Amino acid sequence: MQQLEHLREHARGRLERIGNVVTSQVWRLGFASRFLFYLVVHSGTALRRFRLTLKEIYFAGVLSLIIILVSGLFVGMVLALQGYETLQRFGASESLGVVVALSLVRELGPVVAGLLFASRAGSAITAEIGLMKATEQISAMEMMAVDPIARVVAPRFWGGVISMPLLAALFSAMGIFGGYLVGVQLIGVDAGAFWSQMQAAVDVRNDILNGVIKSVVFGIAVTWISVFEGYDAVPTAEGVSRATTRTVVTSSLAILALDFVLTALMFTGGNNQ
Amino acid sequence: MNRSTIDLWVGIFVVLGLGALLFLALKVGNLGSFSTNETYLVHARFANIGGLKVRAPIKSAGVVVGRVSDIRFDNETYEALVSMDLDAYYQFPRDTTAKILTSGILGEQYIGLEAGGDGVMLKGGDRVRLTQSAVVLENLISQFLFNKAAESKEPAK
Amino acid sequence: MQQSPTAEPIVEIRRVAFGYDPARPVLRDIDLEIPRGSVVGIMGQSGCGKTTLLRIIAAQFLPTAGEARVLGRSTAGLDREGLYEMRRRMGMLFQFGALFTDLSVYENVAFPLREHLALPEDLLHDLVMLKLQAVGLRGAAQLMPTELSGGMARRVALARSIALDPRLILYDEPFTGLDPISFGVIVRLIRELNDSLGATSIIVTHDVQEALGVVDYVYFMADGRVIAQGTPEDIRRSGEPFVRQFVNGAAEGPVPFHYPAPDYAADLELAS
Repeated sequence: MQQLEHLREHARGRLERIGNVVTSQVWRLGFASRFLFYLVVHSGTALRRFRLTLKEIYFAGVLSLIIILVSGLFVGMVLALQGYETLQRFGASESLGVVVALSLVRELGPVVAGLLFASRAGSAITAEIGLMKATEQISAMEMMAVDPIARVVAPRFWGGVISMPLLAALFSAMGIFGGYLVGVQLIGVDAGAFWSQMQAAVDVRNDILNGVIKSVVFGIAVTWISVFEGYDAVPTAEGVSRATTRTVVTSSLAILALDFVLTALMFTGGNNQ
Repeated sequence: MNRSTIDLWVGIFVVLGLGALLFLALKVGNLGSFSTNETYLVHARFANIGGLKVRAPIKSAGVVVGRVSDIRFDNETYEALVSMDLDAYYQFPRDTTAKILTSGILGEQYIGLEAGGDGVMLKGGDRVRLTQSAVVLENLISQFLFNKAAESKEPAK
Repeated sequence: MQQSPTAEPIVEIRRVAFGYDPARPVLRDIDLEIPRGSVVGIMGQSGCGKTTLLRIIAAQFLPTAGEARVLGRSTAGLDREGLYEMRRRMGMLFQFGALFTDLSVYENVAFPLREHLALPEDLLHDLVMLKLQAVGLRGAAQLMPTELSGGMARRVALARSIALDPRLILYDEPFTGLDPISFGVIVRLIRELNDSLGATSIIVTHDVQEALGVVDYVYFMADGRVIAQGTPEDIRRSGEPFVRQFVNGAAEGPVPFHYPAPDYAADLELAS
């Protein structure tokens, strides 16, 4: 009898905790949304004193260039290798350009660039803001009657949002170049067929534009998560480290989930007759 | 890292990024082909459009001269109504034939226009009267089998 | 306008209570006044609530009961505009300086000036140099915060907090972790700046002996309440047991040496 009681208490405790976690996450999401709204409304400083935002584009975008370009190149090269391996079984190796281009432009460009951006730039933004909070720099700014969200957070947000689509485009472009290197130069697929089939199959409005839209959405999501986690971090060393981890994990999940939603919206219902 | 260096690098970054976008749009996609020209709309009816899709190319002598803009079903005549956007640069006679063809053996389908000899040209809103429907593979196969069967019967007659 | 000695105090705390968590009050029923032009110390053990009180004066938190009046206005009922306007007349020195690590010493001091005033660069330059000269660090203008020692960083932060010539300067544990020389420098600066700017200063600290040498008046806090107050002389002569223990730095007194624990013998599992 006592055993049963004990089990029941245990289960109840577990359920309560799950309920607690869910409620606190929902509450946090609401808080994050209000934060985003406030941030956007107070973006005047970030846009008027564009130098601030420019500096953040440098830190988020320019410093991510190397990893984006190198990764793009390698992804494109692997796509060409794998693609050729399968296509040549059906005698369709001349469509290699199509496979490489469509995979990159529609999916891999925005998604992989987004994941890399979250790991490199997103975590850096979170750490920076979190550390500013931990060393009381944010409080100092408030005490000097300067709104830290307008001065510190907004420029970082817009810097990330502007950088992300550019990085995704660079990733795709590098990938296609990598695919060209491996497919045409290394394997020997006909250059003319490579480019002409690609051009015939890749549609600017449906494929490229949708890819750009995806990268903009990912950019907003990742940067929003990064600045929020930084601003909300517990102001200790451990707190900042946890916030940074949360940024990378949450951003990655958000990218993949949003990718599914956007792909379903863009690439299935739209294109039929 | 002083201000002007940052400005320089951000400038380079933005130029590269926009350049990549331009590269994708022009060299990778098919922006160059169509969107900016003026077009006129003509219609055609088909008994069967097979696998024809909206935005499929319309070619004449193998050159793209337009795009399919709309495909509908007429519930009264039980035919397919296809609307075609033709490049205003190209004029076709009123007795032009529109055929649904396949690129390659198993490729995607498009509309091929074969010009007739009429002196009067098609203008916006006109209907292309002569059409040929898509070849449906099943019909082709059954036709082939039927012919084969008929052939093997003949010598017996 | 006549400025009589009994003019309205710069800060008035009336029956203020506060707790971050409603179940655990940090401040209970505090009453104090900071007269204009004086240097006042708020002292007590770590955790007695003095830093929280400072934050309430700085209007970072609102009291859960009672009222805090600063610079003639109540901190409750201030909208953002009013809040920022009040803060422009205050300066705060944080415990470890809180300098912006991505800006140079010059840019740190220039920060409040840039944000609030639209000054031409040469005028701004002169003002920044003036402030740095006041704290003795004009030569360090081009250094980055990471290149400064703790004492120097704190002096730069002090220069930054007086950049807009505040009426009220708040010091949060300004003496923590300083070597004797830097110590002496800060002590001298607190007094000099207060008098030359015609400002009022509030110092939160637990460095008793040194603070008693620089302040005009002291409030002693323990357990969220003010348990003693007076001039430094009053405090040194005070008979209040907690004050005696604090001033003498005695290990035993009203604040016990041992944290509450169960019976020692029982803990060691000795049969009684």
